[in-house]
Amino acid sequence: MAQLFAYILHKDGELDDSAMELLAAAKKIDAGANPTAIVAGAPDGLDDVCNKAAAGYSEVWKVASDALAYPDAEITRKILVNILPADGIVLLSHEHFAMDLAPGLSVKLDSAFAADVVDIEGADGDTLKLVRQAYGGAVSAHVDCDASAGAVLTLRPGVFAAEDVSAGGTVVDKSGEAGDTATARKFIEIVEAEAGDVDITKSEVLVSVGRGVEDEDNIEVAFDLAKAMGADVSCSRPIVDAKWMAKARQVGTSGQTVKPKVYLACGISGSFQHMGGIKGNPFIVAINKNAKAPIFQVADVGIVADILEFLPDLTEKIEEA
Amino acid sequence: MEPALLSPAHYKFFHIPVALFAVLIPLVGTAAFVFIMKRRLDPMLTAAPDSRWDRILGRVIKVLKIWLAQWRQPRYMTAGVLHIIIFAGFLILSVRSTTLVFLGFWDGFVFPGFGGAAGHVYAVLKDYAATAVLLACCVAAVRRGIFKPERYAVPKRYGKDHTGEAVFVLALIATLMISESLFEASLVAAQIQQLQPAEFLAPGSLAWIFRNMLVDTPITQLQSLHIGAYFVHDITFFFFLCFLPLGKHFHVITSLFNVFFMRLERGNIKPVLHGVADDQLDDLESFGVKQYQDFTWKHVLDFYSCADCGRCSDHCPANAVKRPLSPRFISIKGRDYAFNHFPLLGADQTKDDEYRLIGDVYDEDEIWSCTTCGACEQECPLGIEYIDKIVDLRRGMVEDGNVPQSLQKPLRALEKRGNPWGKVEKKRSAWVKAVAEECPVKLLEKGAEAETLYFVDSISSYDDRMQEIAQATAKTLDAAGVDFGILGKDEKDSGHDVRRFGEEMLFQDLRAQNTDAILESGARQIVTADPHAYNCLKNDYDGLPPVRHISEVLLEKIKKGVLKLSAANGDGKVYTYHDPCYLGRHNSLYEAPRKLLDAISGLERVEMLQNRDRSFCCGGGGLMLFYEPEEEQRMGVLRVQMAAAAGANVIVTACPFCLVNMEDAIKVAGMEGKLEAIDLCELVDRHTVA
Amino acid sequence: MEILVCVKRVPDTSENEIELNSAGNDIERDDLVYSVNEWDNYAVEEALQIVDKAGGSVTVVTVGDDESEEVLRREMAMGADKGILLSDDAFEGADGRGIATILKAAVDQGSYDLILTGAQADDGAAQVGGMLAAMLDVPYASLVNKIDVNGDKITVGREIEGGNQEMHEIALPCVLSIQTGINEPRYVGIRGIRKVASVEIPTLGAGDLGLDAGAVAAKVKRLDYFLPDMGEGAEMLEGDTDEIIEKLIEMLKAKGGLK
Repeated sequence: MAQLFAYILHKDGELDDSAMELLAAAKKIDAGANPTAIVAGAPDGLDDVCNKAAAGYSEVWKVASDALAYPDAEITRKILVNILPADGIVLLSHEHFAMDLAPGLSVKLDSAFAADVVDIEGADGDTLKLVRQAYGGAVSAHVDCDASAGAVLTLRPGVFAAEDVSAGGTVVDKSGEAGDTATARKFIEIVEAEAGDVDITKSEVLVSVGRGVEDEDNIEVAFDLAKAMGADVSCSRPIVDAKWMAKARQVGTSGQTVKPKVYLACGISGSFQHMGGIKGNPFIVAINKNAKAPIFQVADVGIVADILEFLPDLTEKIEEA
Repeated sequence: MEPALLSPAHYKFFHIPVALFAVLIPLVGTAAFVFIMKRRLDPMLTAAPDSRWDRILGRVIKVLKIWLAQWRQPRYMTAGVLHIIIFAGFLILSVRSTTLVFLGFWDGFVFPGFGGAAGHVYAVLKDYAATAVLLACCVAAVRRGIFKPERYAVPKRYGKDHTGEAVFVLALIATLMISESLFEASLVAAQIQQLQPAEFLAPGSLAWIFRNMLVDTPITQLQSLHIGAYFVHDITFFFFLCFLPLGKHFHVITSLFNVFFMRLERGNIKPVLHGVADDQLDDLESFGVKQYQDFTWKHVLDFYSCADCGRCSDHCPANAVKRPLSPRFISIKGRDYAFNHFPLLGADQTKDDEYRLIGDVYDEDEIWSCTTCGACEQECPLGIEYIDKIVDLRRGMVEDGNVPQSLQKPLRALEKRGNPWGKVEKKRSAWVKAVAEECPVKLLEKGAEAETLYFVDSISSYDDRMQEIAQATAKTLDAAGVDFGILGKDEKDSGHDVRRFGEEMLFQDLRAQNTDAILESGARQIVTADPHAYNCLKNDYDGLPPVRHISEVLLEKIKKGVLKLSAANGDGKVYTYHDPCYLGRHNSLYEAPRKLLDAISGLERVEMLQNRDRSFCCGGGGLMLFYEPEEEQRMGVLRVQMAAAAGANVIVTACPFCLVNMEDAIKVAGMEGKLEAIDLCELVDRHTVA
Repeated sequence: MEILVCVKRVPDTSENEIELNSAGNDIERDDLVYSVNEWDNYAVEEALQIVDKAGGSVTVVTVGDDESEEVLRREMAMGADKGILLSDDAFEGADGRGIATILKAAVDQGSYDLILTGAQADDGAAQVGGMLAAMLDVPYASLVNKIDVNGDKITVGREIEGGNQEMHEIALPCVLSIQTGINEPRYVGIRGIRKVASVEIPTLGAGDLGLDAGAVAAKVKRLDYFLPDMGEGAEMLEGDTDEIIEKLIEMLKAKGGLK
């Protein structure tokens, strides 16, 4: 089996949650694998990050470069092409950075590429047995990936459960092999989203309220719950019509199309206009006092209750836990 | 015998015969008027064609009723009565004013046919007419200037207040009345002083009052007054004539023509371009109204004819909920565009090809906000049309690709799947399963045959709640012994609102598919419970078997005794019927649904204040369900409040879109438990006696 | 500016349940309708808007069978000047890498300053743009939601987490993958499509592009489709409130609904 690499995301000296998920994924390819973590970044504070990675990975390649003051995918790709062996299997977390980096990396390494992998069933010789999703998660597919000349895989964040490991790995400084970092794409700046402007289309967990909230003053039960869950609050059209929430929070064919993992529909009847705005087959929990509400036909889990009583109780229990 | 006073034809002012002026003023005035009218005609001459010379008899009847008899004026009682007085006064005084013009240089001129006894009768009539007009002007001026009815207000974004112009014109009219009366009264006063036979003045009239005031005035002063009044009248008359085409009083001239050329039928939509057959549409360079000259000449005439009375906007549901649409300003802005770009002096200011009315004169949201409910056209006292203009502007936007994202999705789905949700065709008949045991519904798609085709249309086929209307319709048809079937997957959306949202070619595709399927089914009549489908099949399609609304069919069966309804159960509920726009205003079907309700004995029914042709749109159907207008409130909320104000606790509709909007509105308004909405078919179904 | 936009014909799955065919190796396509990939549509609109301001022309290209011509026509009805269909039996079953290889061969035959793709497709892996850029050795940016053209350089914004935007200056030529929401694509009516119905669309095969079958051989192969285990309808939680909440919290934890 070829050597496995995990590209580690980090920010402000902390490892991204995905760092140890990649390790778990590597173990699913080969239970005995000892993947190498690659930690690249500006020199300042990088050793600290490497050490954190070494807690899980037996070997950590450190690539310190002033060019990576901002983690730019184009520069990173150039560096990786220089330091990686041609037949390595590289794992990355599937988010915006990897989407920028990985497809081109696979071409430059002349290796196979599979994106947004949700499960790994192992390896059959040089063939990786992967599971991917299509059509917004409506169907899954078994995928064979020929890794004989190496492979680049991006893995869906959150699906490979990180395990507590203590590897006490060693850090190898590869900074000298990074090579030329000049690119024709220059990072300028990050433009921050307007404060308080929630983009529910990117939210993974949504507490969504509908008419069942009855009054503007009751909206806060949803915000309290969302805060406890680490979720964002969205709503159905009547709430926006009543001007209780901004249009940007409305889910539905006439509002936003959201693709969360978990969707808590609170006091929402579940009109097709509303459900049309929910994609990606999330886990839907419906809470509605009307047992015949159509939302129960499309939800995964249903609870017949008055949200004004149920949500505060739920919030309390989550906060206790 | 010497005349009591020198007439203008003989009077000399510092040795100059004033008759000279009396000739010059009409000449100059008429020339100026002809010139102005020519400029006003220019945009109409280069505008798009419009076929309006057909059915002359029908048009004459419209003129007699709507123009001459001022049929729609009393819909607003105070303003209407005032207008009728002024209008009738104008008609009467037109003879007198013309006569006066000639008297300036032609002493003793008599209007042909107004000599002798007729002249004396007319003299009395016109004295009272002038008096009445003056009084009406005073009341109108007080109304406009002091009480300021809400509907005359000009919202900021539409520019400055129009009160000044209105009051100025009232003052001009008053001046005409007073000067005419003074001219007459001064002569009569002089005749009395000189003991000559005096012209009879109608007692109590303005001229009569003036005469009484002037009877002791010295002759020299009366002479000055006589000549002065004459020229005040003469100048005012021609000033007024030339002033008319410069503003909202253009309607004084254009209304006769506007009413003559007004639309004769309702519910239909104008062709893309008059004179171009549907199969030649692909050859057209451009679609719809993008630039001013794409409007038809009749639509330009509409703009000229707007009297700024605000009745359209007062009844426009979009305006009521503060959507960015006020039909009155569709006209005013269209008129001002013509005035500014075809100036009286100077060249036409034509725009380059890239220029678009949308974005400059009209806003996108303004044009998409219209539900095509037709309240504005119903109300307009002089037959201005709006729906065709809105649809034409939408056609232009559709071709430019300028369509809100919220509407693009359903339009694409309609193109691909024949319904706005993009649902699978074979599920179109899924609703029949729930009633399969009680009343098996024949599927004509599978070759079954039936006398009557029930055309379901998309919303009743696919929407969970509205499927209940389809089911109730099927059950009542069954109970009434009607041999019926549905087209199933062969049915496509009727395209009613596809056409009204400007996607004409998609509409024509849907129409062609439905027409084929309907004709192939062999059905001999069509019934539908969706007024949008009803209107569409009836007015937008050709060559189909007769189309009837379910309420007509059921009522007929009740009258024949085939269908029997049980009595109301005495639960104390009070019902009110909401007229769907496409059943009522667009197709004049007001009574059948009411009679159906009344066929349920003991059912207590009340009328909302705004009923029948003044029904208030629920919020709009078809694609309007998908469009997200800016609005402060929902139309449906206003409507359910009207129902509650009428003392009803059940609002009965006969349209699936109305039901969607009403049920939503009841929840938004927090009136659950106090008010419920139900479809007519559902109600009949509940009362059907097996 | 000469712009090439790579588009793809995909099943429109927005409103209807995806079902598997009886063999279990594909989704049931009988009742599906196809349209242009939503992201690609934004890319074409963006290209048209750039050309409106900076001049030039827009070419749309797709790899697919004859039926894919339909999406080229739709995009040409939107305003694209030219369409190219890349079609060959040898292209069937190509993976993302193979598609990128075919597109590269087509790009080499033209002279483009800017190449746009959609950021992703519902049945794809968000890979072709990045691969194509690497093959062409030009800069790449993914998830682009803003483009400003200034001479031979452009400023682009990438959509990153939390609605923030990562701004870059990029020298042309380059490849960008376009995120939805960057603009409001114009509507394409039936009339627009009919207007371009008879416009000639050149079809290029492997031979025309100088490709042999081996060049597009897939390294990544989809074996089947299967339905992830989801269950039917809502599982109703019953019992007293405390029990329900306990069960719910457990479920939320399992599904990643609690952080």
